[in-house]
Amino acid sequence: MKRLFPWAVLLVFASVPLWLNDPYLLNAFITTGVFIIAAMSLNLLLGYTGQLSLGHVAFFGIGAYTSALVSLGFDVELLFGIRVVHEPWPVWSGFIIGTLVAGLFGYLVGKLSFRVRDAYFVIVSISFAEVTRLVALNWVELTQGPLALTSIPPLTLGLPGIGYFDFYSKQSNYYLVLGVLVISYVIISRLVKSRIGRAMVALKENESLAVSVGIDVTRYLVLAAVISAGMAGAAGSLYAHYLKIIDPDVFLFLYTITMVIMVVTGGKGTLAGPIVGGLIFGFIPVIARSFAAPEIQWILYGAFMILILFVLPQGIVPAIEKWFGVSTEADDARQTTPASAKTQDAS
Amino acid sequence: MVEFGQHIINMLILGSTYALLGIGLTLIFGIMRIVNFAHGELYAFGAYFVYLASMMLGINFFIALLLAIVAGCLMGALIEVTLLRPMRDADIDTTMLVMIGAMIIMQNTEQFIWGGVGKSVNTPFPQAPLQVGPFFVSWLSLFVFFAALALIGATYLLINRTKLGKAMRATFQDRDTASLMGVNVQAIYMATFAIGSALAAAAGALLGAVYVITPQMGNLAALKSFAIVILGGLGSIGGATIGGFILALAEEMGAGYVSSGYRDAMGFLIIIAVLLFRPTGLFARKERIG
Amino acid sequence: MTSSSQTSTQPVVLTLEHIAVHFGGLVAISDLNFVVHEGEVVSLIGPNGAGKTTAFNVVTGFMRPTKGEVRYKGTLLNNLKPHQVAELGLVRTFQRTSVFQNVSVFDNVMIGLHRRGRSHLWDTLLALPRERQSERELRDKAREILDTVGIERRANELAGALPYGDQRLLGVAMALAAEPSMLLLDEPVSGMNPTETMRFMELLTRVRSLGVTILLVEHDMPMVMGVSDRIVVLNYGRIIAEGPPAAIQGNPEVIKAYLGQGAKRRAGH
Repeated sequence: MKRLFPWAVLLVFASVPLWLNDPYLLNAFITTGVFIIAAMSLNLLLGYTGQLSLGHVAFFGIGAYTSALVSLGFDVELLFGIRVVHEPWPVWSGFIIGTLVAGLFGYLVGKLSFRVRDAYFVIVSISFAEVTRLVALNWVELTQGPLALTSIPPLTLGLPGIGYFDFYSKQSNYYLVLGVLVISYVIISRLVKSRIGRAMVALKENESLAVSVGIDVTRYLVLAAVISAGMAGAAGSLYAHYLKIIDPDVFLFLYTITMVIMVVTGGKGTLAGPIVGGLIFGFIPVIARSFAAPEIQWILYGAFMILILFVLPQGIVPAIEKWFGVSTEADDARQTTPASAKTQDAS
Repeated sequence: MVEFGQHIINMLILGSTYALLGIGLTLIFGIMRIVNFAHGELYAFGAYFVYLASMMLGINFFIALLLAIVAGCLMGALIEVTLLRPMRDADIDTTMLVMIGAMIIMQNTEQFIWGGVGKSVNTPFPQAPLQVGPFFVSWLSLFVFFAALALIGATYLLINRTKLGKAMRATFQDRDTASLMGVNVQAIYMATFAIGSALAAAAGALLGAVYVITPQMGNLAALKSFAIVILGGLGSIGGATIGGFILALAEEMGAGYVSSGYRDAMGFLIIIAVLLFRPTGLFARKERIG
Repeated sequence: MTSSSQTSTQPVVLTLEHIAVHFGGLVAISDLNFVVHEGEVVSLIGPNGAGKTTAFNVVTGFMRPTKGEVRYKGTLLNNLKPHQVAELGLVRTFQRTSVFQNVSVFDNVMIGLHRRGRSHLWDTLLALPRERQSERELRDKAREILDTVGIERRANELAGALPYGDQRLLGVAMALAAEPSMLLLDEPVSGMNPTETMRFMELLTRVRSLGVTILLVEHDMPMVMGVSDRIVVLNYGRIIAEGPPAAIQGNPEVIKAYLGQGAKRRAGH
């Protein structure tokens, strides 16, 4: 019964473009979906591995810009008069390269987080994101600065001879985002339920104990950072090719906060948390737009987040789980432990 | 050469107010170990308060400044009591996120009330700058510089010559021992946050008069405060002061000789560079005894 | 120093030779020499400050001795890091809670079994059979260990919710997960009530029958007397007596050392 639940949810969401005609709402679904992917990736780093990385938007933006630039082409002069010219490449290659480049930065951040700790790491991660924003803003030759990169082509898939498909319409982008979301979910789900996932949690819970148990904490942290960053970069790429325009505002700390709110209120360290949090915070603006100014909405988000942190510090999903006496996480352990049968009797 | 000298003058003025920001945060960060994201918002709060008092209520500029500092102090105390005290036992992420929540609320309140357009404050100083040799400095800037220095001095005296300051220093060194020796740690935390916020508000009030006031001004201020604390070492007033001037110098030089767009990036680059090489800050003192 | 009568004919696995540990001007250990044979249960006892924990830290790589050598099966341990020592088969438990509080008991042991797992990233992401096989094996092993230790009925509870005695048992379970050939237990029954202590002593017997050598530091005399093959008594950083429980029990040096501290060791809790 419980196993069917995710499938049912998926089916419901897959059906949306079939009956929803309002382009504004469809757009909301798409951008919310993109942010949910980014929030899931942040959850891997923040929730499961326990790294306070508040520069996550940097990976998102790097993925967006890289993908856009690969598909648009560019012509820049670097130092010493070296000129780099890049011809436009197909969008799918931009997507892949954007993901990889974001992942590479994730690698650097991962390596860094062992050198710089706790509060200092938080500060460094934010600084890193701000620097990327300022670079995007000021390196006008490459990024057009505040004038934005425009005319970003949509993703095109296909094979010569058979035909090509442009992901131009809202409907097609919806399914594209949904598809990537499902794949991302599966990746994270498999990861956290495995030996690798256990090592990440161990490293979050008690690093020195994890070390003494023989876990190579650096390796797992870096792995989490790379996957997390790459996934955020993929989300950024989808964003860029959907909106077809990207400007340095994509690097605003505001978006990191948005992702953090989604993860924390939804439930960090749970699979469903970022999705629940994402849906809530993705759609409140939609619902509230007619009767509350954006500033008021943000004031409410801030207040809501504080409220959750005070009342339900684990987030909404764990609270729901506790309320209904179910758990979505530890099922596998339970199902394969014969002791669980005894536990029912003993307790 | 003249240009260089002008940069130095600018640096001194900017640095003195940055020092205020940094000292405020180093006290909070040092004694309470909180990543205080709301610090930048107190800075903005100070600026908006002066605007409200002097431009909207017609209060004398200097009195408005003083009121802004007091208001900052009270706001800090309020935040500590309502948000931080109940979170005392929570882990660092939770506290940090609560501070982010406070930051969101404050910033958007300002945006809602005054809009996103920059506001300016009128000051009673003559517009024409003072000329000293080949250099120009405005009367307002001079006032800001000396006011900031006075506040730095006052803070130094507070920390080093008063009973309150002694209790704060004891709490910084070893909270548990201080508590055992009769220090009311709860009260110290509130006082620390209030003082730190008052300093941030003072910085905002002063710089707000020089530059333009916007709701986003707190964001950069927050991060720059962190850069200053990292440069100067946790809990060190002298260090934060020096850090403030170093940051201002880096910004002036960066803006003047590299590109003005990257001015604000200086702070962040410094943070990253320093933490890469000295992960616990530049002048990091031994933080705890025992 | 009373020399030991080697009651064991098994090969020596752990040797401490002329170990000295100085902290600045303070001498924690002056000249420590003893051996442990394979399959033995040896207890290190002594009044507070006698140097037991220091000796322990030296053996497990948490502290480097100022002088002397520690060898395990011939390998020099002096300069090894803790995880390297663990890799040689020498695993320790900790005095304070050494479990992952917010993780289930079962998962705690699964984490302890980390090094036995053999999965790679792609196996995991693609959910290959190899991965599932490996996970199954780990789960079976985890259940086995929980059974040995005696807390299998609590498998799904959070470690942090366990009563203190059970948490210590879980600590041993995690140590066993690392497949040790020698187990170092740091005050394993401190804070336990008599029932829990009894269960622990039974566990030690089971562990010992698996062929694991045991070295433990303890204050609980009845427990030590009941479980040890040999006892080494430290005071002021040096050995003052060594031998089987019977020899130590009536030993005047030992009694003097303990009474001299002014406190009678608590018996039985």
